[in-house]
Formats: sequence, structure tokens, C-alpha cells
Amino acid sequence: MPLSVQETEIKNPPVSRPPLDPHLKALENEAIHIFREVAAEFENPVMLYSIGKDSSVLLHLARKAFFPGRLPFPLLHIDTTWKFKEMIEFRDQIAEKYDLDLVVHTNRRGRDENITPFTHGSAFYTDVMKTEALRQALDAGGYDAAFGGARRDEEASRAKERIYSFRTPDHKWDPRNQRPELWNVYNGMVRKGESVRAFPLSNWTEVDIWRYIQAEDIPLVPLYYAAERPYVERDGMMILAADPRLELQPGEEVKHGSIRFRTLGCFPLTGAIRSTASTLDEVISELEIATVSERQGRAIDRDQSGSMEKKKREGYF
Amino acid sequence: MSATATSTVSSATILPFVEAAARGQRDTRPLRLITCGSVDDGKSTLIGRLLWDTKAVKEDQAATLARDSGKQNDLGLPDFALLLDGLQAEREQGITIDVAYRYFATDRRSFIVADTPGHEQYTRNMATGASTADLAVLLADARAGILEQTRRHATIAALMGIKQFVLAVNKVDLVNYDKAIFEKISHEFREFALALGVRQITAIPMSALKGENVVTAATSAMPWYDGPTLIETLELATARSGQTGGFRLPVQRVSRPGESFRGYQGTVAGGSIKPGDSVVVLPAGTVANVKQIVTFDLVRNAAVSGDAITLVLDRNVDVSRGDLIVSIEGQPMTGKAFDAQIVALQPGGIEPGKRYWLKTGSRRQRVSVEPWSQLELKTGAWAAHAGALAMNAIGKVRLSFEEQAVFDTYEQNRTTGAFILIDPDTLNTVAGGMITARRGELGGLYRGDADGQRVVLSLPADLAEQLMASDLFASRRDETEIRRMTAHEATELFANAGSDI
Ligand SMILES: Nc1nc2c(ncn2[C@@H]2O[C@H](COP(=O)(O)OP(=O)(O)O)[C@@H](O)[C@H]2O)c(=O)[nH]1
Repeated sequence: MPLSVQETEIKNPPVSRPPLDPHLKALENEAIHIFREVAAEFENPVMLYSIGKDSSVLLHLARKAFFPGRLPFPLLHIDTTWKFKEMIEFRDQIAEKYDLDLVVHTNRRGRDENITPFTHGSAFYTDVMKTEALRQALDAGGYDAAFGGARRDEEASRAKERIYSFRTPDHKWDPRNQRPELWNVYNGMVRKGESVRAFPLSNWTEVDIWRYIQAEDIPLVPLYYAAERPYVERDGMMILAADPRLELQPGEEVKHGSIRFRTLGCFPLTGAIRSTASTLDEVISELEIATVSERQGRAIDRDQSGSMEKKKREGYF
Repeated sequence: MSATATSTVSSATILPFVEAAARGQRDTRPLRLITCGSVDDGKSTLIGRLLWDTKAVKEDQAATLARDSGKQNDLGLPDFALLLDGLQAEREQGITIDVAYRYFATDRRSFIVADTPGHEQYTRNMATGASTADLAVLLADARAGILEQTRRHATIAALMGIKQFVLAVNKVDLVNYDKAIFEKISHEFREFALALGVRQITAIPMSALKGENVVTAATSAMPWYDGPTLIETLELATARSGQTGGFRLPVQRVSRPGESFRGYQGTVAGGSIKPGDSVVVLPAGTVANVKQIVTFDLVRNAAVSGDAITLVLDRNVDVSRGDLIVSIEGQPMTGKAFDAQIVALQPGGIEPGKRYWLKTGSRRQRVSVEPWSQLELKTGAWAAHAGALAMNAIGKVRLSFEEQAVFDTYEQNRTTGAFILIDPDTLNTVAGGMITARRGELGGLYRGDADGQRVVLSLPADLAEQLMASDLFASRRDETEIRRMTAHEATELFANAGSDI
């Protein structure tokens, strides 16, 4: 039988893999459905791309959803300028490899005023370089829908998040007034200026993400795998000591050890864990016996347990 | 494949799920369940217990809990309610006000729990959680037995299409693990659930607090119980059994990456398809054959319900978003008037005659809604009701469309029989609905039987409502015509009809 798909210009022809187990297949189907629905219903969607493992899965699913076509929307990366160097390299490689439209935005004001995680504290820095930057970029692009990789199992306030999460024109989330969401029938009607954040990975857990990465052979930033790396210990976190902007404080010293990261963000705010898991299989088996939730590595969640909800109300993703 | 238990149901504990497993068809798709209970029945304790005993609660989350609450229960476990109540507003009020989703897994399967509040004013949240659930866990306090709340939750769950119930008779430790009490409660519940049309019922005596029969069996405390634990029951339950009938593909978008390729993208909502099959595009009615089924991984030789696919047809036909591609055999109903049951979700309720947006699958169209009956949540009976439906009300309505609409009944297909209503003024989702029947044209008169015999009755309204609420009547609703009038008008009508004969 002639394969008409192959007649079209496909930049990255897919490879054959063994079929997914029914559990991952169901999650994949649901995510693809959400991608297609948003792409069809909204005028100007964008996909938030944070370069981490969840974003990598999200991107992979998006490519599947629109195959054999290209992604019908751009990717948006909010670059705080404090990301791990490996993340930026990886981002550019992926954009090139998959022929993606990549929009990178940095908050100029924050950069000009030299707002850094070291000088201004994590809360204020995050507010300016992430939350405010995201709002600027969304407003500038006039996007009416933004895909994100958030999962409901990540944090308590996210357990009640909708798959289409409605946002006011100033990007506010009102947890008391969410639209009901029944079956897989999503309400994509918004007024000018209003938007939704769409979360295709809502029903995935961390283990699902890793198993899917394994099953689908999805490339990741190498920092997720253990290697000998330099670090300093600060506030109970192991911070990667590979960037000249990290200044040692009195009593601190650079140590070396086999470490890896469970989540990736801005390097001064992201703690490593001690690990020897240098392959995907090892990471997964480590994870399956892990008893600590993944957001623990993030400084911004720790102030108080309601802190993520507060950030979300203010427009943090 | 659905595993319907048809075996005779005799004992209080029915084990149809176990039967399915014995036939070697264990379902490993994630199971979606909803938990319902009245305040203090122990719902938070039960979910907390499930998460804790399956190790879904991580150390740092437990530490945050311990720090926030400073509280532990008698057994040294954290206060589970705090773990579950995610939003600050709820913590302040001390109640759960929305649907929250929880995730846990065993070696055999993973689970998505819709955790919904119990009060009557949260019927809408329960309906939301139930819409995607395959199974409902209903809690009853062993000391109190089956309450009006339990009946209401069971009624809503059954209405939303849930076919598998677990009755968790909780706090049996407080009634001395009394077998007779458990059997009395489960018997009463089973009678009620059977009347709702639910046949897969498992009753389990448990102590959520002590973790007995939740994840671990409690053979020493309850040697008389040899049924499954809650987790075993959940592991063996069936996911998504509400799809019967032919192939259904609601078209989400048309993919045209190049001149030579045109594919219709969507998620299969029923049946299966393979290259060479003939299909019909509705509502237009155009016929074509399937040329190929494209997915990212490979060109496939078949697709089944649940698969997200791209379908290529063998000829150029006009297909756009919102169309439904279906098999020639077993087509859905097409028409401009349908009967449905809806749940009103917003403070403004549902207004008769107002034009709403209706969204089903990927199709959105204008509809006006005429309520005619409302479910009395206290008794489970339907009563005549012609005005607006207030928030949390469940009503039977007539839907009138301006253009052709295409549906299955909800009973046959939980996707192509389901819809939401969107208020055109606020753009908010104001109702969830389930199609029960198509109304014939000619104002309810069935087109095909113009020469057949008909009987015109004049009845008191309450009696008519009861007749119309019966399954028999509902199943042939298409063939009937109903007019409401005053007794005086009816007398006159009959007098005139008499003179005509
Ligand atoms: N003795 C006993 N107490 C229980 C059991 N399950 C829950 N409780 C207690 O009943 C009370 C209400 O439980 P909770 O989970 O908060 O109820 P909810 O309102 O349904 O979420 C709490 O004090 C629990 O500790 C049980 O199986 N046995």
C-alpha cells in the first residue's frame, strides 16, 4: 500500500518502537486530545517550554499530536539568564533538530536593574524574572492559550487545577471560581484579553513522566543524570558550582561528588541530590524507591505550604 | 471490552470484578474513581490511608503537614484532611469545596481519584467528578448506616453513568466488627443500587483509620469477611465500559501539512476502524472509505476507542472540525430535537428558552433548553417542573437546535452522548448534560406510523409525570406527544374531539 504520509516533507521521520503499555497509552491519548483541541479552538496558542523533563515530554506529545504536520504554534522560553548553561545549549539543539519556532524572552527591566537571586532574594527575583517576564511575553505575543507542563500531583494547590485553567486579562487565577470541567469536553470560549493555560500532563505523575521518557526515548538535559560535578552547600541545598557568577561565601567551599537534579530551574535556586543514577534505568529505579517529592529541590515552594497557590494567583505558572 | 456481570446476585457482597480477572482480562488502564461520603464518614481518612499505604505521600509532604498542623492522630499518622485540602480558602473554612484529583498506584495498576465534597450544595462538584469516573466508592458510617446523603450520592453517580459501586462500610471498629450490622447495611444498599440499575456492587467492611480492608486485609479483626480489600476491588475493576455501538470519530482538526496529505485528527470515541472500512461523515451524510490510519509511531492497521489518530479517506470529501465520522452500521441519531438530563452548575441556573452554546465532542452549536421535570434529590423521584433549574438541580429537558445535531444516547456512548452548556453572556460552563433520546419531528409524533393506532389520554399532571419518569416511557419517548394545559382546556379539547368523531 502506498504511504502517502511519506510523500509530505517530514523533517524528522519517526522510528518504530514497541507499543506503549495501556496506562501510558491512555495518558498519551488524553494529552494529544488536549493539544489538538486547544490548537483548533484558540486563535493564537503558545507552548511554554522550560527545557526540563516535563517540557521535553510535552514537546514530544505535541509533535505526535500534529504529525505529520509541524507544530501549529511557537514555543516560549522565559530566560531568566540564570538557567544552567546545559539547559540553554539543549534548548537550541532541540529547536534546530525539530524545526521549532522558538521565542525567548527575558525581562529587560529586571536585567537592567540587575535583579539576581543572590542580591534580591528568591521570592522577589522569581516574581520579576519569571512571573513578570511571563506576563510581558504573553501580552507581547497576544497569546490566548498557553500550554504548560504542570501536573496535579506536584503540589497540593495544583490538585484542583483544571485542564483548561482560565486566566483573567491580568493573568490571575481564581481558585474559587474555576469553570467546571466535565468528561473531556473543554470550554475554550474566552473574551479578548482573557486566556487559558492548558495542561496536557495534568493526570501524569512523576513516575509516569520517567517511564514515558524511557519508552519513547526522549532526549533530556544531561543534568538529570548523575555525574561527578562541583557543588557548594548553601541553606541545606547543593548548588552547582559551574557558573562564575556564583560567589563563595565565608566558610563555603567547592566540593565534588556524584550528583544529579530531579527538576531544573535557575541554578542558584535548584538543589541537586546525591545519586549515582547515571542512566535512565537507574534514575527510574532510584525514583521508585524515593520517598521525597520532587519539588523539594526547589527553594520557591518551601516558604510555607500555601506558597505555590499564592504564586499562581499572582500569575506564576 | 466490557465485563458485564449477569450472574445472579444473591449475597450482600458481589464480586463481579474478581470474575473478570479470573477470565484473565485484567485491565491495566488507569482506573478513575470518585469518592463520596457525608461529612465525618471518614472520606479524608480513607483517601489519606490509600495514599499513605501505597506510598504516594512523600516524606517532605508529610513533614510539611506535621509542621502546619502540629497534629497527629492516635496512630501517629498525619492529619490526612490537611494533606488533601489543597487550597488556602478551604483550609480557612475547614471544608472541601471543589473537586481535587489524587494519584496513587500499586504494582498492578494506577488510580485517579476525584475527591468531591458531600453536601447537597456541592451536587455540581460531585457530578463533575463523576463524569469521568469508572467507579464510585460510597462511604457509610457503620453506626449510622445508609443515609439520605448516601442515596443521593448513589443516584447522582448512577445518573452520570457509573456502573460499578463500592460501598465502604467504614468505622466497623466502632461497632465491634459486627457482621450482622455490616450485612444489614450492605443489603439495604444493594437493594437501592439495583433499583438504580447498577449491578456491579461490592460492599466492604472497613476501618479507614486503622487501615483494615483498605490496602491490607483484616483477617484477625474480621475473620467472617472473606471478600476483597478495597484496593483489590479497585485493581480488578473495569475502566471505561460505557461504549457500545459503531465507530465514532469527532473531528478535532484537519491536518494539511502539504498538498498531498489531508488527514482528520481526533480521538476515537467508540468502536474500531481499519483501512478499507466505509464511513459516513455526519451531519452531511457523505460516504467514503478509510485509506489509512496515521499516528506518529507507524501507519496502523486498526484503531480502537480511546486512540488519538489521524484518519485519511480515499476521496476528497468535505470534512471540517465538529463533524463526526462514523461507521455505516449503527449510526448515531441525527435531528434538531433531543431529550436530555442536565445538571445545573452555576448560581444563575438554567433558564427556559434561553439560547445557549452546546459543546459535544469537538462540535459547538446553538441550542435552546426547555426543562420539564426535576429530580427530587431527597427521594430520588422525578417531579414535573417547567421553570428554571437552579444551581445543583438535575432536570430533564428538551433541546431544540437551529441546525442538525448528532448524538448517541449517553447510555450507549459516554462521549457522543455527553455535552456541556455554555452561557453566551458569561462564557462560563453552566450545565453538564446527557442525551436520553431523540425527539421525532412533527412535534413528537413518530414520523413512520401516521396510519397506526394512537391513544390520547388526559391525566392529572402528577400522574403523567410518574408515567413519563418510567423507563418504559423514556425508552419510547420519541413516539409520544405531550401538551400541557389546564383541566378546563382539556375538558374542552375532549368535548371538541368527541364532536368530531
Ligand atoms: N474509629 C474510627 N474512626 C474513624 C474511621 N475513619 C475515620 N474516622 C474518624 O472520623 C472522623 C472524621 O473523619 P474524616 O476523614 O475527617 O471525615 P470526612 O469528613 O468524611 O473527610 C475523624 O475523627 C476520623 O479520625 C474509622 O474507620 N474508625
